[in-house]
Amino acid sequence: MQEKNISKNNFEQCIKCTICTVYCPVVPVNPLYPGPKQAGPDGERYRLKKGLFYEDTLKYCLNCKRCEIACPSGVRIGDIIQSAKMNYAGGFPSVAGMMMASTDLMGGIATSFPRITNKVLATRPVKEVLHSVVGVDKHRTFPKYATETFEKWFRKNAEADQSRYSRQISYFHGCYANYNFPQLGKDFVAVMNALGYGINLLDGEKCCGVAMISNGMKRSAKSAARKNVKVIGKAVEDGREVVTVSTSCTLTLRDEYPHVLGVDNSSVRDHISLVEKFLYKAVTSGKTKLVFKKGFKAKVAYHCPCHQEKLGWGAFTTELLGMIPGLELTVLDSNCCGIAGTYGFKKANYESSQAIGKPLFDQIASVNPDYVACECETCKWQIEMSTGYNVKNPVSILAEALDLEETAKANF
Amino acid sequence: MKFDAAIIGGGLAGLVCGIRLQKAGKKCVMITTGESSLYFSSGTMGLYNDDSPLEAISKLPEEHPYSKIGTARIRQYAESVQQFFSEAGVTLDGSPLGNRWRVTPAGNIARCWMAMDGVTSFDTPTPSLGKKVLIVNFLGFLDFNTSFIAESLGRLGSECTVKSVKLEEFERLRHSATEMRSTNIARALDKEETITSLVNAVKNLSEGFDTVVLPAVFGLSKEGTSGKVARGIGVETVFIGSMPPSVQGIRTQMQLSRTFQSLGGRLFMGDTVVSGEWEGNILKSVKTVNLEDIPVEADDFILTTGSFFSRGLTATPYEIKETALGLDVDFPGDRSLWYDLKFFNRQNYIAFGVKTDKNFKASKDGQTCGNVYAAGSVLSGANALAEGCGAGVAVMSAMAVADNISREE
Repeated sequence: MQEKNISKNNFEQCIKCTICTVYCPVVPVNPLYPGPKQAGPDGERYRLKKGLFYEDTLKYCLNCKRCEIACPSGVRIGDIIQSAKMNYAGGFPSVAGMMMASTDLMGGIATSFPRITNKVLATRPVKEVLHSVVGVDKHRTFPKYATETFEKWFRKNAEADQSRYSRQISYFHGCYANYNFPQLGKDFVAVMNALGYGINLLDGEKCCGVAMISNGMKRSAKSAARKNVKVIGKAVEDGREVVTVSTSCTLTLRDEYPHVLGVDNSSVRDHISLVEKFLYKAVTSGKTKLVFKKGFKAKVAYHCPCHQEKLGWGAFTTELLGMIPGLELTVLDSNCCGIAGTYGFKKANYESSQAIGKPLFDQIASVNPDYVACECETCKWQIEMSTGYNVKNPVSILAEALDLEETAKANF
Repeated sequence: MKFDAAIIGGGLAGLVCGIRLQKAGKKCVMITTGESSLYFSSGTMGLYNDDSPLEAISKLPEEHPYSKIGTARIRQYAESVQQFFSEAGVTLDGSPLGNRWRVTPAGNIARCWMAMDGVTSFDTPTPSLGKKVLIVNFLGFLDFNTSFIAESLGRLGSECTVKSVKLEEFERLRHSATEMRSTNIARALDKEETITSLVNAVKNLSEGFDTVVLPAVFGLSKEGTSGKVARGIGVETVFIGSMPPSVQGIRTQMQLSRTFQSLGGRLFMGDTVVSGEWEGNILKSVKTVNLEDIPVEADDFILTTGSFFSRGLTATPYEIKETALGLDVDFPGDRSLWYDLKFFNRQNYIAFGVKTDKNFKASKDGQTCGNVYAAGSVLSGANALAEGCGAGVAVMSAMAVADNISREE
């Protein structure tokens, strides 16, 4: 007698209660999407019999994981849907998807010619071409590429200095900090150094692959995953914890690798930590001290990204922000921003994205903060593009609010 | 993370307890795996299945949660229930110390104590809906049992006609036939234009009828929609529940959750307690899946994880276990006493649950816990199905636990 569940991603535990479909942000705005229950465990019963039961409508899933958060039966619905897209979809991913998901390739080229790239991507004719030929919606502006990658900056300006710290960690910077916004990486180094931690780059970090997974690029995603597990493994062997700043990178490295890609990361998973969780532990256990600037003042609204809700670590971010004197914090209602990474850039999804995010945009406007705090870079793009309010990563807020000199002295 | 009280399980009992504790000045955290059985609610709450519920309750055995609360406190809580929920943003219709009646989704007439907004209740088990009743359904909505309801109302003396309305707004929904569910319909009906379309369609059909019956699929995001529809139709309108998901239950759950958080309560959604760290009979902290090595510490812990459906209790072929903390469970060793082979007879397993003392303190390995309480359907001693007391036990045991904790100060 089978006494335990043995099905992949627990799909056997589904009792078809439909709670997931009530929670899905896509269902109310897009009637073409059958909902997580049917796209996930319900449809899987048919797909296991014959792959031809796979429906193209699964492409409307945001991979936000809210269905999993709502599920009372422990079914990994989002994972079932992503796995189905990878294994049954057949055909090629869209050009738009492939282009945007190949962050290392695009980022590498773009940061070689950043100024031209940025100028060209922002012009109307190019946006029209991207819209009609490639499929990237013309309302969307491609995030700007940096003139110098974070890794290049780090090796030139900061690496040599890191060995003097008694505590060493490795930093998985992710594509955003590396190709688009190295300031985030710089803020991370500044904060962690002040707290007494030396930073090490990984020996060949690859894109975590979150966008490759949702665009069905199975081979590229698996290859990136294996490489990342290897280089993270090396850091762990050398006794260093691996700290991340992006919530989606974190979720992908820890959970998507085993659940969706079937890449074993059991030797490293527990050593991968989002910076807010890492710092919360360090501060509350007395391992490190925070000294803040006098007179720092900010009215901040915190938006918890969907992947952070899934990780369940939003409390660490709000606790850390709550430690900053002079910071007036409002926690925004739980609401998907709608962009879901590359999803919202595609012209087929633009309207759904904006409809999903609307309650969030409205609430931000009514709170009227100085800026929004958010750990996720694509939420940042979406909120900035859709509301005009600025979004800062909590690490950057800390970099601003901390008296780095006094903090360094306190942690010497 | 440290709190005054940690509530494990965010359903009706957990939320009532959390709201009451926050109001009493306690800092609470609620850890919940997913959404609760409120998603399957009939839209009504049951106190006890008897014409004189308080009298019947006073005669219950001492193991019953109601007996542990005591008749005097039960009366006090019953009289305060509508106020408590109204302050939390939930309107309940009913008589605090008595019972009313409703038509169930299967067409039966059953008792109810309180009805949520959007479900009709009657003051008699034989409501007269008039000679001619029009039952209106949405074309393609398979979860509204029109023929059962027609038969039931027919026995009460009404001649029923069943008609379907086809609205343009719902044709969009029907692209995915299995997703024509109450909640998707309710979402569309939250929009003014859809309500107007529906009201006009029904008015066209309702000429010459005494009463119109509609499925209770109104008001997913806020109360008041069913009232608006009834006024628009102009004829006496009755709302009868459909099969789950429950629009009223979902709205109530979301509203209670919002209230809890706006009072300062913290909610850890989609997380599961995996272990407890004990010092003798005191629970010092719990660890969860998401928080990993960071424990949640609290002065008091309240277990409101629900019964078998919510996996608060786990049944194996050999024993019944309390899933989160391994607390002591009341159940007979003889498995043949767990169930009756006749499905619709009283099933004993429904009354199984966590053993508690008269203050609802749980016990572990035979010892009463100093700071661990239980409330709701995880408790032993109440057979929610046979006694019609599920919501009553959830609400009242939750209030009792919150008050017991506040009193121990």
